Amino acid sequence: MVSSFKKALESGKFVVTSEVAPPKGTNLEKMVHHIELLKDKVDAINITDHQSSVMRFPSLGGALLIKEMGGEPILQMTCRDRNRLALQADLLFASSRGIHNVLCLTGDSVLLGDHKEAKSVFDLDSSQLLAAIRRLERGKDLAGNDLDGGISFCAGAIVTPEANPLEPQLIKFEKKIEAGTEFIQTQAVYDLDRFKQFMDYARQFPAKILAGIILLTSAPMARFMNKNVAGVNVPQEPIDEMASAPKGRAIEKGIEIAGRMIMRIQEERMCDGVHIMAIGREELVPDIMAAARLV
Amino acid sequence: MIRSITQQKSEEEILRLLEGLGRVFIIGCGTCVTLTHTGGEPEVEAMKERLSDKGKLITGGVVLPVACDNLTGDALSKYGQQIAQADVLFIMTCAFGVQTVARQLKKLVVPALDTLFIGKETALGQFDEICLQCGACILGETGGICPVTSCHKGLVNGPCGGTNNGKCEIDSAKDCAWTLIYNRLKDLGTLDAMRRFQQPRNHQGEPKPGKLVISAS
Repeated sequence: MVSSFKKALESGKFVVTSEVAPPKGTNLEKMVHHIELLKDKVDAINITDHQSSVMRFPSLGGALLIKEMGGEPILQMTCRDRNRLALQADLLFASSRGIHNVLCLTGDSVLLGDHKEAKSVFDLDSSQLLAAIRRLERGKDLAGNDLDGGISFCAGAIVTPEANPLEPQLIKFEKKIEAGTEFIQTQAVYDLDRFKQFMDYARQFPAKILAGIILLTSAPMARFMNKNVAGVNVPQEPIDEMASAPKGRAIEKGIEIAGRMIMRIQEERMCDGVHIMAIGREELVPDIMAAARLV
Repeated sequence: MIRSITQQKSEEEILRLLEGLGRVFIIGCGTCVTLTHTGGEPEVEAMKERLSDKGKLITGGVVLPVACDNLTGDALSKYGQQIAQADVLFIMTCAFGVQTVARQLKKLVVPALDTLFIGKETALGQFDEICLQCGACILGETGGICPVTSCHKGLVNGPCGGTNNGKCEIDSAKDCAWTLIYNRLKDLGTLDAMRRFQQPRNHQGEPKPGKLVISAS
């Protein structure tokens, strides 16, 4: 079973993914609205897994919903909350229900979320989860037992091109490639000249690379990310540009900047596509795509 | 030297644990908790005062040389009467000391401290966790720095995305273990060790509760 996302990656087209976040509770209205907005515009929709370690409706449930609504889900799976039994079981379930894309993540610490006293698991790490998927695809579980009925996934991972120090991050990145990752969605990039340097290195590997684009919503938001989000560096220029926007028009400026960046990435064929994140403002993703002349 | 690193419980919890227990005998220890200022001579004296202020009757107190020693029962025997008068033994040692006393005396015990980790003093007044006793040592492949202990997530294949300027995502005062390991292996010219894929760990190196019996040959 080859997923439509995998076909898009292999087609050589400029691939666009975005993401939606499940709600805290069972009111799925907003998530359904976001899926509705995105499902026919992007090649696949990531569904986050207890984003920032905040307990929410499960990513597996969100992925099923995307599938049922006719979209193409990328199931995000972190290693924070499930041991190897639970991770493998969820992969079996996902595959059986037609979910064939998965993004493997280590996961944030529970200390960053809203259940700070929870036990964190990390039985596997992201590269081991990738390897586990490839092993399940060969018909064996992690204990070496045969599976009755197989699975198939287009499996991906993330990288932080602006991590400091970078070298340990790249060693991990290469392990993810060796473990069988087919695509990479990067942490947000803003300095495209530096991203090009990263791509000069990354292009040697077989994985398709989608540059992470996070919508800037205000100058303070950009400064906040610089201060608090590991591996995100918004240069002064876009911060000044955001600050120069007329009152109440910062979002429009953010959309313009994101659109401009995506256009440049595409025009210069820097990488294989983009992953657009409009955290909390998913309804703006179509506007960003329009600004990038993708729709 | 390996040390048991402790921290005093909150006053609220202490008073809750001692609720209804009016007569208290206090036990400190001369080793680890003296080093961390959580159960040495000055702390035991201060606790006597604090609990007296809260209306407790202190029947006595002692700072044992080594509370986790097998001879702790003997050492406490000369305080027999004061201990007999007490409703509870309030113990300002690590959990090893508390359990040693509990095993040797038929008496209700209440810990005054939480045992945080097994580690060592790495600088004056600074204590770092060194070993989790996982039962599956990988120090030979990590330049002698333990990621199972020193990485918040216990990752064995390199850093997570939260690593930030050599520090951990949970606390900028904590080093990123994988930055330390990378630097060490680079210095040693053995970075290939870090490139090697580590299989999922055996988390049952010694299934809990640990027990080892050396058979006489």
